[in-house]
Amino acid sequence: MDFGPHLMLASLEGAVISAILVLTAMGLSIVFGVMRVVNVAHGEFFMLGAVFAWVVTTTLGGHPAIGFLAALITVPILVGCIAAGADRLILKRVNYDPDRTIVATIGILYIIQQTTLMTYGPEARPVEAPFNTRLSLPWFEFGENGFEIFWPWGLSITSYKLFVIVAAIVVLTTLWLVLTRTKIGLIMRATQQDSDTAQAFGIPVGKVYSWVFGLGAGLAALGAVLVVPIQQAHYLMGGDPLLLAFIVVIIGGLGSLPGTVIAALLIGMSDGIISVFFSPTLAKIIATFLVAMVLVFRPQGLLGKSVA
Amino acid sequence: MPNEIKKTSKINRRSALLGLGTSAGVLATAGILPGSLGFAQAQSSAPIKIGFQKHATGIGAAYGRWYGATTDAAVKRINDNGGINGRPVEVVVEDDGTDPGRGAEVLEKFANQHNCDVAFGTLFSHVVIGSAPRAGELKLPYFVVSEGHHVASGGLNRYTLQPGITDVKSQVISMAPFVADNLGKKVTMIFPDFAFGHDHRDFFSAAIEAQGGEVVAKIAIPPTETTFTRYFPSIPRETEVIYHVMVGPAVLTFVKELGEFFGPNRPELFGFIDSLEAVDIRSSGLEFLEGSYFWEGMPRHVQADQADYEKAYRAAVGVNERGASVDDEADVSTYAHMFGCWETLNIIKAGMESADYQGPQDRTKLIEAVEAMTDMPASEDHPQGDKVFNGKTHQTFGKQYISKVTDGRLVVEHTASIEDGRYEDEVDYTTQSF
Repeated sequence: MDFGPHLMLASLEGAVISAILVLTAMGLSIVFGVMRVVNVAHGEFFMLGAVFAWVVTTTLGGHPAIGFLAALITVPILVGCIAAGADRLILKRVNYDPDRTIVATIGILYIIQQTTLMTYGPEARPVEAPFNTRLSLPWFEFGENGFEIFWPWGLSITSYKLFVIVAAIVVLTTLWLVLTRTKIGLIMRATQQDSDTAQAFGIPVGKVYSWVFGLGAGLAALGAVLVVPIQQAHYLMGGDPLLLAFIVVIIGGLGSLPGTVIAALLIGMSDGIISVFFSPTLAKIIATFLVAMVLVFRPQGLLGKSVA
Repeated sequence: MPNEIKKTSKINRRSALLGLGTSAGVLATAGILPGSLGFAQAQSSAPIKIGFQKHATGIGAAYGRWYGATTDAAVKRINDNGGINGRPVEVVVEDDGTDPGRGAEVLEKFANQHNCDVAFGTLFSHVVIGSAPRAGELKLPYFVVSEGHHVASGGLNRYTLQPGITDVKSQVISMAPFVADNLGKKVTMIFPDFAFGHDHRDFFSAAIEAQGGEVVAKIAIPPTETTFTRYFPSIPRETEVIYHVMVGPAVLTFVKELGEFFGPNRPELFGFIDSLEAVDIRSSGLEFLEGSYFWEGMPRHVQADQADYEKAYRAAVGVNERGASVDDEADVSTYAHMFGCWETLNIIKAGMESADYQGPQDRTKLIEAVEAMTDMPASEDHPQGDKVFNGKTHQTFGKQYISKVTDGRLVVEHTASIEDGRYEDEVDYTTQSF
């Protein structure tokens, strides 16, 4: 493949990866930002999203779009409720102590993963995309006959992958509006800045924590519902997103939402481009190396505030 | 209520990193947790115990499930016909998680805890390679159903045998002439990046060169990969044939993305059915496979000239005329591979009967009896077709099928003979001491 079309294909692949990654990492970042909880079970909420999407679409049947739309609405809410329940039942009981929450979320990780294995089974199952047209993309060159447009072999994207990119942008914009323009956002930001003072002003911090934990898991589940027609639902699929989300959150700055978006774009695009030109393994190596470099030279992350 | 919430300490970067570290550790162990499967209780009639190393979880789970169903059907048939040497057969199932380390542990459990007479069943080559040395140490006969060339290459030991399924080297040698004569000479290979895929890479490259063709690119993909489009730009423009073989949970995604990558003008496709085992060929997104070719160990769809023994086998394992479960059309079997379990169990039975096997003290007699076998004609015991077993290399040889996708059906277009897949012996296990 020529360099130009090759780069364009790599960028498109990177954009799809970024879109999913930004939703997953955003969930992790919000939970950390507001609650100061490092949620190791985050990848499993992602996996639950994909598995529930399969359950909803196969139960409903009919045209794939009906099931997909239903999954898009119900699954993040369902997973959010499960997460909020886990927060009430477990995290609250350990008083959100940083060390104990890490151990507790590891426990949640295993419970979710093994329960899925025992019920849903070890198979990978597909969810049909609501629409999936292959769009060939043109490329241009200045040859002997001047400016020419041609259609290189393999340079294409599907309409569904474009939809994933657009959907991620819409969700992010909505999230940003909610956080900065609404009372809910104000309450969340107040809790983030100083939970004791917020509580003194009558903010039900405990409820806010549950909502935020649910929201974080819901965002991961939403990312999974979007990705499951491209990949397949499998009980071990939570591992990679968790690791990448952690990488993104550390590079972007713990708890910093703009930093998370920038880092997700950076990691997603570089993952796409390096994977296509070199190898996916090298992409992972570079991402982890980047984490090490950020920690050495800018420990608070790109946009994070240094911990006093 | 809210005033119960108290922030006891500020989390800092250190604890966040601790979280990252522990999560990585958790991920590393996540695949290893065994889904513990029950003990078999000893019975008064002293059954012959066959340890079944099953890929119940991990990347081989789809194969594991169908290997299990085939094993159950074969054992039921053996027991209905009076068992082995008048004793009933009992299968002890252990999950190996499709993991080599766990595989070796499972063999230890079979030998020391369950007191199994023999072990059997493994498919994934890295699990076989990881487990076989342990079988040799435990002096436990280990019958694998793996296709890998590791048995016949001489890399394993006298206790490891593959009498029920042919190996990759034999398969690709018999496929190469068809590919070169009918599809094209410039081949790009896409294969999983572990022992099984490397067998494909090495032996097919040599075989196609012998036919005057060449492999223009070799693309290795980790079997745990979930997204594939990023690998396809490495396919050179001059490619005439794509040779693909993929395993793991994401095979459907692999084939779909291959179709999306090429769109309407694809090169010729020659795949090993592994790329679509346990997947319905009529799945949405796979329409582009129409007119492409697949190797099949045993034809998934009923062919016009179906033999009676094939019909009986298909009914016994509960598979319909399209290779899916009779109970659930969406549950497609691993039909091109799972016959190996059926045939291997029948070979164990024949071996135990000719060795007059009484207990673990007769294990070496059993191996010698199997090594002495040669012709295995097609029958209800060997429904895939005629086979010739080579006792020296512990490897069986048989027919191979090439099917063309025609109106959503796999129709056999070419059958390679046993001789087409023959190669020179690379080892003589019978000279090794027990």
